[in-house]
Amino acid sequence: MKNKFIQSIFVIAVGSMLFTSCKPKDSGDAVSGDAAQKAYVAPGKYDEFYNFVSGGFSGQLSVYGLPSGRLFRVIPVFSVDPEKGWGYSEETKPMLNTSHGFVPWDDLHHTEMSQTNGEVDGRWVFANANNTPRIARVDLKTFKTAEIIELPNVGGNHSSPFITENTEYVVAGTRFSVPGDYVDGDVPINTYKQNFKGHISFVKVGKEGEMDLAFQIVTPGVNFDLSHAGKGKSHGWMFFSCYNTEQANTLLEVNASQKDKDFIMAVNWKKAEEYVKAGKAKKQSVKYVHNKWDEKTHTATSETKNEVLVLDATALKDICYMIPCPKSPHGCDVDPTGEYIVGSGKLAALIPVFSFDKLQSAITNKQFDGDYSGISVVKYEAALHGEVKKPGLGPLHTEFDAKGNAYTSMFVSSEVVKWDIKSLKVLDRVPTYYSVGHLCVPGGDSKKPFGKYMIAYNKITKDRYLPTGPELAQSAQIYDISGDKMRLILDFPTIGEPHYAQAAPADLIRNNGQYKFYKIAENNHPFAAKGEKEAKVVRQGNKVHVYMTSIRSHFAPDNIEGIKMGDEVYFHITNLEQDWDVPHGFSIKGANNAELLIMPGETTTLKWVPDRVGIFPMYCTDFCSALHQEMSGYVRVSPAGSSVPLTWSVGTNQPKI
Amino acid sequence: MKRLSSIFALTILLFVSCGKKESSGDDFSKPTTETPSSEPSSTETSSAATDAEKYDPHRGEGKYDKVDLGAKLDQAMATEGEKAAGVKCTSCHKLTDEKLVGPGWKDVTTRRKPEWIMNFITNPDPMIDKDPAVQAQLEICLVRMPNQGLSDAEARNILEYMRKNDGVK
Repeated sequence: MKNKFIQSIFVIAVGSMLFTSCKPKDSGDAVSGDAAQKAYVAPGKYDEFYNFVSGGFSGQLSVYGLPSGRLFRVIPVFSVDPEKGWGYSEETKPMLNTSHGFVPWDDLHHTEMSQTNGEVDGRWVFANANNTPRIARVDLKTFKTAEIIELPNVGGNHSSPFITENTEYVVAGTRFSVPGDYVDGDVPINTYKQNFKGHISFVKVGKEGEMDLAFQIVTPGVNFDLSHAGKGKSHGWMFFSCYNTEQANTLLEVNASQKDKDFIMAVNWKKAEEYVKAGKAKKQSVKYVHNKWDEKTHTATSETKNEVLVLDATALKDICYMIPCPKSPHGCDVDPTGEYIVGSGKLAALIPVFSFDKLQSAITNKQFDGDYSGISVVKYEAALHGEVKKPGLGPLHTEFDAKGNAYTSMFVSSEVVKWDIKSLKVLDRVPTYYSVGHLCVPGGDSKKPFGKYMIAYNKITKDRYLPTGPELAQSAQIYDISGDKMRLILDFPTIGEPHYAQAAPADLIRNNGQYKFYKIAENNHPFAAKGEKEAKVVRQGNKVHVYMTSIRSHFAPDNIEGIKMGDEVYFHITNLEQDWDVPHGFSIKGANNAELLIMPGETTTLKWVPDRVGIFPMYCTDFCSALHQEMSGYVRVSPAGSSVPLTWSVGTNQPKI
Repeated sequence: MKRLSSIFALTILLFVSCGKKESSGDDFSKPTTETPSSEPSSTETSSAATDAEKYDPHRGEGKYDKVDLGAKLDQAMATEGEKAAGVKCTSCHKLTDEKLVGPGWKDVTTRRKPEWIMNFITNPDPMIDKDPAVQAQLEICLVRMPNQGLSDAEARNILEYMRKNDGVK
């Protein structure tokens, strides 16, 4: 008995030792007295910033207020969302089309806001799909995904979507090098070194945001991890961190961390652009899709494309250069001046900071250390501005404020370290809870950081929330960085596993031409019913199109008879409201896809295939008025071959038989 | 019954309070100390009282002070008005005196001044909150008339259509 007691004490003691040792210091009292006041946004007041946070494996984009941490909206991007009918309504299904067919989910890692002159402009947020490589553009006027483009020749679209300073290009580097889609991919995996290649995609962005895969650069096979565009003096360049320069294809945790240094690849994209214009790119035959949302027809289209232009980085010697970077670099960040490029090695005990000017003179003076599979390697010291010594363990990502400071997340030691970009001196450090990944400072990767707040997106949430089952909420933490010391002011839970995020002043979002509702006169949906007098039911063979309207508090028609087994029924619902904030829902018993949520002035379609004979109630799912419960109707389904005529009505009972 | 009527009252209250939105348009919550007078909650009672005193039940509230009606019906405007009403109004309003979701339109142009109608159909929310006649109507219909985003021209055409419906030739 005694023995057991001692044993259990021992277990508890060891257990708590382990526990405390992996915890950062001061986990309990890291919050100071006036933190609540700094994060508090009174009812009826607006937040100062809107924070666009990646939803990780949820595939969606979430929008939070800063400094309150309030969740405003989850915007469906790469995953179906029954709440909004995304991927379920007929109009949105093409958005999730790929060359592999309909892919209902993805893994959204990074968000990047559009910029003008290197400043956040509040027009769009770009997001990447990691798994089935895609880039999406979310329109901030509508808070809807407006466009998705698939990327060929790529596996694991991790190193994206990073933009150039006038949103000329959205850039994407492949995580997994693979044989290009245009060559025979049926090769032994252990021929990685010969047959596997990296492709970096440059997606051109038009004035209205429309995306177009302009060209790709083929590189030796490595894993591209992250990227950032040059700005100011380094505008025209793009920087990519790469690991697995060992070119291993198995047990990468050992085999891809052999070398003391991997690389940051510097790409002169202006030069690449010139080569494309000069006809130096090869047309390769590939297959990818491009999906677009039309704001007037409220409908998406999906187009398959068959060609891409590819430039060979090893043949064209002056577009790509390798800069040695210790060790397994992950983050690759450029400071607001565009002069400093910060590499962060996951396994490194220091942070190397490179100088753009030094890189340029190293290239001019050919200070090279040989080449890497045909790409010149710049001498480490020749490009180096300096190293931040002993910053912490596992440096990952760096963001910047407006005062010449950098903030680097330390994954292993669970902390954020603030340091001076020029002097490379560590100025401050704060704990995170726990295992911090990306950071976000509003405007922190632009030429004009707003500073004020820094948000840490954590991988592990131990001791912040009750374990509601084996899984906890994912977490983010807001720090006030307006003073010399960083101060934690709030924790807030997030969806999915939050990766990167971007933030913009709320005012910028409000003044970007934001939609309040869809003007019914501009609704060009082919099945719109603009007013109840256009409500009707049309049979075309076994397809039945219901042109239905909704307004507080009824549908028109609300009685439909003459549907037969074997019919495919398309409910095209037009919300006649012209007042913002009054969406209507639509659902019908047995619907095996989803409900609809239709915005004011919008038309949305639900396909319904009745599975049995009977009466099927339908109703509005979004509380709309005191008579919301009354917003309902009936559909009668008769056997195949029945002679029940197709009739519909609202406000009139059909004559009794 | 008593319980029912109190639920009824509560519903009305909820709805009326729903109507007050978009008040502090410029505020971006500089997390600083606010002067108490800028808080809507503290000034609400007094401003509501003055608003009620200022409110003109014949004119309503909105940008229309004077609406000139022709002696005769403008047929072209009435036709346009019918079209606009078909998209934005007649889902809820019948042309007879029968209530649908909202009250029937018959004789509305004799019951209400043209200014009142123009103001109400273009600016319903503040009038639903203040106008005694509208508040009485709300107790019957229980649905706040939505702002249907009518343009000035649409509103005026709809008024002409209402006149036509009331027998103006």
